[in-house]
Amino acid sequence: MDQGRYIVRIQGLTKSFGPHTVLEGLELDLEKDRVNIIIGRSGGGKSVLIKHIIGLLKPDKGSIMVRGQNIVPMSERELAGIRRDFGMLFQEAALFDSLNVAENVAFPLHEHTSKGYKEIDEVVQAKLAAVGLQGMGHKMPAELSGGMRKRVGLARALALDPKIVLFDEPTSGLDPVMAATINDLILRTRKEFGATCIVISHDINATMKIADNIFMLYQGRIIAQGSPGEIQESSDPVVRQFIRGEAAGPIQIN
Amino acid sequence: MKNIFGWLGHKTLGILQELGSIMLLFLHALSWILRPPFRMRLLFRQMEFIGVNSLFVVVLTSLFTGMVLALQTYYAFRMFGAETLVGATVALSMTRELGPVITGLMVTGRAGSAICAEIGTMRVTEQVDALTVMAINPVQYLVLPRIVAGFIMLPLLTIVSDVMGILGGYLVGVQLLDIHGGMFMNKIYEYVELADVYNGLVKASVFGVILTLVGCYKGFYTRGGAEGVGRSTTQAVVMSCVLILISDYFLTALMF
Repeated sequence: MDQGRYIVRIQGLTKSFGPHTVLEGLELDLEKDRVNIIIGRSGGGKSVLIKHIIGLLKPDKGSIMVRGQNIVPMSERELAGIRRDFGMLFQEAALFDSLNVAENVAFPLHEHTSKGYKEIDEVVQAKLAAVGLQGMGHKMPAELSGGMRKRVGLARALALDPKIVLFDEPTSGLDPVMAATINDLILRTRKEFGATCIVISHDINATMKIADNIFMLYQGRIIAQGSPGEIQESSDPVVRQFIRGEAAGPIQIN
Repeated sequence: MKNIFGWLGHKTLGILQELGSIMLLFLHALSWILRPPFRMRLLFRQMEFIGVNSLFVVVLTSLFTGMVLALQTYYAFRMFGAETLVGATVALSMTRELGPVITGLMVTGRAGSAICAEIGTMRVTEQVDALTVMAINPVQYLVLPRIVAGFIMLPLLTIVSDVMGILGGYLVGVQLLDIHGGMFMNKIYEYVELADVYNGLVKASVFGVILTLVGCYKGFYTRGGAEGVGRSTTQAVVMSCVLILISDYFLTALMF
């Protein structure tokens, strides 16, 4: 059936923190080999959703199928196996402060492969070159700009040639040129590395340019989904207000 | 009145719950101790950080503790002409009690706080999540090496502390206050048994586990950015010191 087409399928996902319900019966099917972008307001549960997909958070209710396996009942050790197929670029890149750039990228390779130092170094140089940072291996994360840190984070996420790469607000806090560079890299991640991209973002312009599928998260559910064209033509007032960036409309500001 | 009891009960429950969480983290870390991969490089780095780098401050504080101990006991013992016992008193106090406790408190201030701040920063900047996402267990990677390093290095530092304390006592007692050097050492051999030293070292190992574990725990569950890191670091130091002194009493009651 559709098992081959969808790489992540989420059904009835509900998550509360104390009295605050963040996700409420969320349904989401993410297509393989596509750039899937989830848009929604800041603090609207996008990060919570992405953390569920990779098993950092456990849902109160619902199932999350990753490549046909339900990850909700899995133990930490089983999850570790699933996570080998994932790469993730964190919002602030989350580079290890105590390691330099090359060591950061080499880290997952040392941990999960039996490659020798020379072989690993070749992979590291190749990944750094792919994100436009050749020759920067000896720098420490603290010496890098925000955009460079994110690119190193992406090189590290790609080190093990993952099947799925998650991007948590990849362009937030970057200048427009750097944001465009990162968006380019997201497209290349899919084309050159053949990975399914799952991006959460509130950068509407970039989303319209690079997305294959767009999902709008609002009040704990996906209220609209479709190609950029379909979303732009949407008649839903919430979606229209969000993508046009208007202050007046049905979205409650709190 | 009711409010006071309510507050007390609430506080007590909070403390018990926290101690329970710390125990769970400890057991989780222990469950990894015999499972590969063994991270010897991380362990040695932590042993250097917790142990070797604390050497100077432990030497200094122990030396002066031994010196002041000699000064005080000399003052008291002279009243009934037992000055020669100053050495034995200093040695017993150091090996049984002050060596391990001073070492524990000093390493808490130096390394326990740093452990908490480092892991706390890693938590708030999502580096701990990054480890998890890379299929590396953060407890095994971050917590276990630190606990093992504390367990190994605290007794070693305590041996140094014992020696320096007795040396300080000797300097003040023999060089400054003219107690007979031979008598000073003789009384130490006479009254201090090896069991005193060993039990002191057992205490030190327990303190080593406490201060690293509490530092890791407080760091691991840090919330709320830079301010949160500062808060949990303070809490880690206070909590480690309190737990070290409380467990010291019970260990003493149990062993001696």
